[in-house]
Amino acid sequence: MTRLAASGIDVTVGAGRTILDSVSIDVDAGEVHALVGPNGAGKSTLFGVLAGDITPASGAVELDGQPVDDIRPQLLARQRAVLLQENTVTFPFTAEQVVRMGRAPWARTPAADADDEAVASAMAATEVLALADRSVTSLSGGERARVALARVLAQATDVLLLDEPTAALDLKHHEDVMRLIRTQAEAGAAVAIVLHDLNAALAHADRVTLLSSGRVAATGTPAEVLTAARIEEVYGQPVDVFPHPSTGVPLVVARR
Amino acid sequence: MTADSRTQQAEVATPTPRTHRRLRFVVVLLVLLVALVVTCVASISSGQYQLSPSDLVGVLLRGIGIDTPWAPDATADDGVISSIRLPRLVLGLLVGAALAVSGVLMQAIFGNPLADAGVVGVSSGAALGAAASITLGLASFGVWTTPVFAFLGGLTAVLAVYLLSRSGGRTEVVTLLLTGIAINAIAGAGMAFLTFLGTTSTREQIVFWQLGSLNGALWSHSALVAPLVALGIVVALVVAPSLDLFALGERTARHLGVNVELLRIVVIVTVAVLVCAAVAFAGIIGFAGLVVPHLMRMLIGPAHRPLVIVSAVGGALLLALADLVARTAVPLADLPIGMITALVGGPFFLWLLVRTRRRSGGWA
Repeated sequence: MTRLAASGIDVTVGAGRTILDSVSIDVDAGEVHALVGPNGAGKSTLFGVLAGDITPASGAVELDGQPVDDIRPQLLARQRAVLLQENTVTFPFTAEQVVRMGRAPWARTPAADADDEAVASAMAATEVLALADRSVTSLSGGERARVALARVLAQATDVLLLDEPTAALDLKHHEDVMRLIRTQAEAGAAVAIVLHDLNAALAHADRVTLLSSGRVAATGTPAEVLTAARIEEVYGQPVDVFPHPSTGVPLVVARR
Repeated sequence: MTADSRTQQAEVATPTPRTHRRLRFVVVLLVLLVALVVTCVASISSGQYQLSPSDLVGVLLRGIGIDTPWAPDATADDGVISSIRLPRLVLGLLVGAALAVSGVLMQAIFGNPLADAGVVGVSSGAALGAAASITLGLASFGVWTTPVFAFLGGLTAVLAVYLLSRSGGRTEVVTLLLTGIAINAIAGAGMAFLTFLGTTSTREQIVFWQLGSLNGALWSHSALVAPLVALGIVVALVVAPSLDLFALGERTARHLGVNVELLRIVVIVTVAVLVCAAVAFAGIIGFAGLVVPHLMRMLIGPAHRPLVIVSAVGGALLLALADLVARTAVPLADLPIGMITALVGGPFFLWLLVRTRRRSGGWA
């Protein structure tokens, strides 16, 4: 079932420079849909359009069949959560206070009774309980990224938009977070995620949309989309793609 | 930096952080209130005409119709207190609360801890409006004329700063300060022109505005200012939870359900209301909006609802103290209160600048 769908999205800036050119993407319930592509391909712009931050010149974004522009911010926030790459916090709020902000859309609803529980379980899942009383301004980049992810999980929506949630994370936390995101999808969430790491997309995504110069180069299962020939064509870098010796999951390695 | 992380580690050991924070808020609020009462009593009883605490109680009780043996015989006491010192004290409390809460609001929507009505030129804008209404002899809104023009001047200034200095939902320190310099310069030019146009008496009033003073405060001033301050504080308390979300950045605040455009307009108008209330009869009193929210944030943390409450009380306390010093530091002289707050606030501002610069590794 399609939860979030964008169709025919055009975005231009300034004197008609095209950033996105009739891009369409849909995200189904229960799937992790990865957005990949080289720098400047338009991933962040498409992400901004899906999140409702950027109004496209033409095209429509619909959540459960309803145009997102027509949904009041507060109601929208109860249906989908967004994690941006940039997670600066202006004042020294504690990690726990920041995660609790994820519960703001549920204020004055019956769901607010579950605030404490949602905050605690989101912090446990992202392993930030030990940081609860630290001020976020004193945390490292990776810790701050996990606190931000906990905030998004605490929001308890079943549509998630995540812009490179693993960019600042070490190997272990990278894997933990990707597994956590898979768990969310298996529980029925529709997840759109921007990824740089093609191996992460191959290992964890159900579908991949590859952007190239503002257009969709290919969309489908990771193995279909991320072939050696297509990666080389889009990224301009020769690669080898071969199955992992034990799991059989394809691996992408740059040819050096 | 190490000291910081050490205290934070100490806090991790605290078993119930939220109760801990609430307790801290209550303690800070009580201490501030006690200090405020003490300062008020000291302020009313001291000056050229000294009163002992028992005289004071007697005079105050007589004021509400209760005769006690404490009251001194001379009715001059009543006059000094009820028509000079009390109205001045009350106006000072209102102005202090207004400036401090306007500081909380500005720092929240600018996403910058250095935003303050004086620094970015909102006070100058309001003072220019007020001065224009006096010099040009306008009376279009009756007793409300000066506050209305102060409001229009302040609103123009805060809008200009807001539109000119932000990018990506935040304001860099340098951009904010440079915009403030420009706005202050423009308002200064306007002031100079009005000084040139004005008569000797309006000139005196303009100078008085630029220095900031509570001298000559009347009960009628407080009566005009009080509802504006009350309105500003109530709005600040209502929007406080949204301001917390604003600390995550404008986009994220929107993703969490905040109607960002509406919030911005409401906060900007509220800042203009509070600053006009502060400036209309007391002139430009700098740095209160900067120093108070900062100190309070250090004491109770950044959550905006408790911050607005303790900042309002803290601002009132700061101005009551500053005015007490202004009246009594030099015998037979009434120093401008703006000078006192700037004397405290200026060095504090420098310290903040250095700290902000060190933390963000440059002029971020």
